[in-house]
Amino acid sequence: MTAAATPSRFRENIAAALGDERLRGLSPHVQSLIAARAEAAARLPEFEALRDSARAIKDHALAHLDLYLEAFERKATEAGGQVHYARDAAEATATIVDLCKAHGAKTVVKGKSMVSEEIGLNAALDRAGIAAVETDLGEYVVQLREERPSHIIAPAIHLTRKDYEAAFRRAHRDLPADRDLSQPERLLAEARAILRAKFLAADVGITGANFLVAETGAAIVVTNEGNGDLCQVLPKVHIVVASIEKVVPTLNDVAQILRVLARSATGQGMAVYTTAAVGPRRPGDPDGPEEWHVVLVDNGRSAMLGGPFRDMLRCIRCGACMNHCPVYETIGGLAYGWIYAGPMGAVLTPSLIGVAEGGALATASTLCGRCEAACPMRIPLPALLRQWRERAFARALTPAGERFALGLWAFFAKRPALYRLTTGLATRALALVGRARGRFSWLPFASGWTRSRDLAAPQGATFQSRWRAKSGRVK
Amino acid sequence: MAAETEKPPIRVGLFVTCLVDLMRPSVGFAAVKLLEDAGCEVVVPSQSCCGQPAFNSGDRATARAIALKTIDAFAGCDYVVAPSGSCAGMLAKHYPELFADEPELLRKAAAFADKCWELTSFLVDRLGVTAVAARCEGVAAYHDSCAGLREMGVKSQPRALLASVEGLRLVELQDGEACCGFGGVFSVKHGALSGPIVERKAADVAATGADTLIAGDLGCLMNIAGRLQRQGRAVKARHVAEVLAGVSDEPPIGEAAARVKP
Repeated sequence: MTAAATPSRFRENIAAALGDERLRGLSPHVQSLIAARAEAAARLPEFEALRDSARAIKDHALAHLDLYLEAFERKATEAGGQVHYARDAAEATATIVDLCKAHGAKTVVKGKSMVSEEIGLNAALDRAGIAAVETDLGEYVVQLREERPSHIIAPAIHLTRKDYEAAFRRAHRDLPADRDLSQPERLLAEARAILRAKFLAADVGITGANFLVAETGAAIVVTNEGNGDLCQVLPKVHIVVASIEKVVPTLNDVAQILRVLARSATGQGMAVYTTAAVGPRRPGDPDGPEEWHVVLVDNGRSAMLGGPFRDMLRCIRCGACMNHCPVYETIGGLAYGWIYAGPMGAVLTPSLIGVAEGGALATASTLCGRCEAACPMRIPLPALLRQWRERAFARALTPAGERFALGLWAFFAKRPALYRLTTGLATRALALVGRARGRFSWLPFASGWTRSRDLAAPQGATFQSRWRAKSGRVK
Repeated sequence: MAAETEKPPIRVGLFVTCLVDLMRPSVGFAAVKLLEDAGCEVVVPSQSCCGQPAFNSGDRATARAIALKTIDAFAGCDYVVAPSGSCAGMLAKHYPELFADEPELLRKAAAFADKCWELTSFLVDRLGVTAVAARCEGVAAYHDSCAGLREMGVKSQPRALLASVEGLRLVELQDGEACCGFGGVFSVKHGALSGPIVERKAADVAATGADTLIAGDLGCLMNIAGRLQRQGRAVKARHVAEVLAGVSDEPPIGEAAARVKP
């Protein structure tokens, strides 16, 4: 997948993804995540009740977002932190770049943060001459490859061990060329050694946040690698960048949502590291940053609050919807062309960049509903995808050929008597042609179907005509 | 039979569904037989489509117009039963959504939705049918269609009824809750993308060793059977209604009749 993939070129991206042999390896990964989630949910009798409770917590927080954001700011400030508001990506990156410049930063270490991807933070830092280093292993490889993450919790799920090896050999040129990187452990050891030096050299650490706690002013980060913790405590300055809907009222609320987060994501009861940070290092603290900043990013969220896509703001970025999506399983995340993939990406992307640019993502779904069934926050993803289709249709963004076909079909479907007559004639004709074999390998106007499967021939006369002939009971 | 009861029989309107109407009428007649055997009076009002292609393509106005026609067509029925989880889901779950801002029509759509059922769940959950008198030799994999499973709660009902079919042994798919990639218009509009999805389902079916594939939705069946046939796999695909009604004189989906009449 090229870096030029954008949501508006979704069709081309899909075609490219279908031709990418490497993506055939994605299926076993998501299948194991599906199984792990199912097991974790089955082990917890109250799992369904926890989902309801998690949804209620977020709905409440969203209904009073202004209050909780102010409360969070107050508490974070009391703890010695500095809170910055950013209306959009430009304001957010400018704030962060300025903070880095103020400390003369040359190197920044980053914990995995989707909102930092969304605002284009690494590119902005790069333009300012500051090197940003991703420290989540998957995210690090993706950065070396100049790609985007293809999954919100497993950014390099589309890559193989060989891809890691190639990226490391290209990037780590001062290491011996004949070193053995044939085992995952070797790759891990090499990444660890490289990243450890970056952690120690970094002037600023940047992390995202899974939650912001209004009650205490804390930012909570959940990781499996511990890299987020090192980003928070080693550099002199720690900057949290988080979108505004991450705020929840209390630590107790966090504890409840945590019970569904890791289970939905990977099937773990808890992620390996759950770390709360609030304020800079206090006198007597063994470690911690000298300055602690929180950059609260709106970038389209407050506009979503008052509209039909508000439910999407409950999302806790667990990735269950993409794991359970047959389309994601087939094309991977990069084909979605922007930051967020799978069902949540197809709903969120047009909310953030507009339906003209992002609306195409909503077309590629069977609306099978497995995402909604797996979503810990019970976000009605299929209904929201359909909402985008309605908006695209209303704005005539749907392709002309499709609109014509739909219009023609609708003309008959709205007139049952005429419909019975025409479909009766058509099916008889098709049945006559197809009856020797019982099916077709190719039919005009059905090549989308017949390229990968046969099409059963109709039995002959329609049910309605047979029923009427038999009993005269069709009115 | 319900002949002893004093009350008039339950009047069921068969929502036959476009695919059954056009492609495989034998499913419709099988559904009629099952409903009549259970003591229902079956009527078939003049009908077209449930409107799902429009609804899922974002053409709400057309979906709404079709919904109004359908609701009126079935006005005289106690229940509306469809041999499809997908179409039943459209009638029972999505029709009310179409009138969310029109209180009077919403009441009408909600009352209509309340009387709409998927066939096997109507037989089991509403009528209390526990067994059928049918015979079908073979090992069958049952595919749960997405809307049936997740919108209409259809999972145990077809299995319970199929368990009473003589000679039939049911096996489960490895990833039974996965979509087959049909998705209505999706399978044509995104045909290339639909291909690998149905391939995974076909491989799952083949891995069970079943000689028969049964499902409650003709769309999924045509999709999976079409893929199995393209690969030359000898799995017979039949709609659950046909198996339960003991229909054996029709060739399986996508197969030619043994002897073609001159």
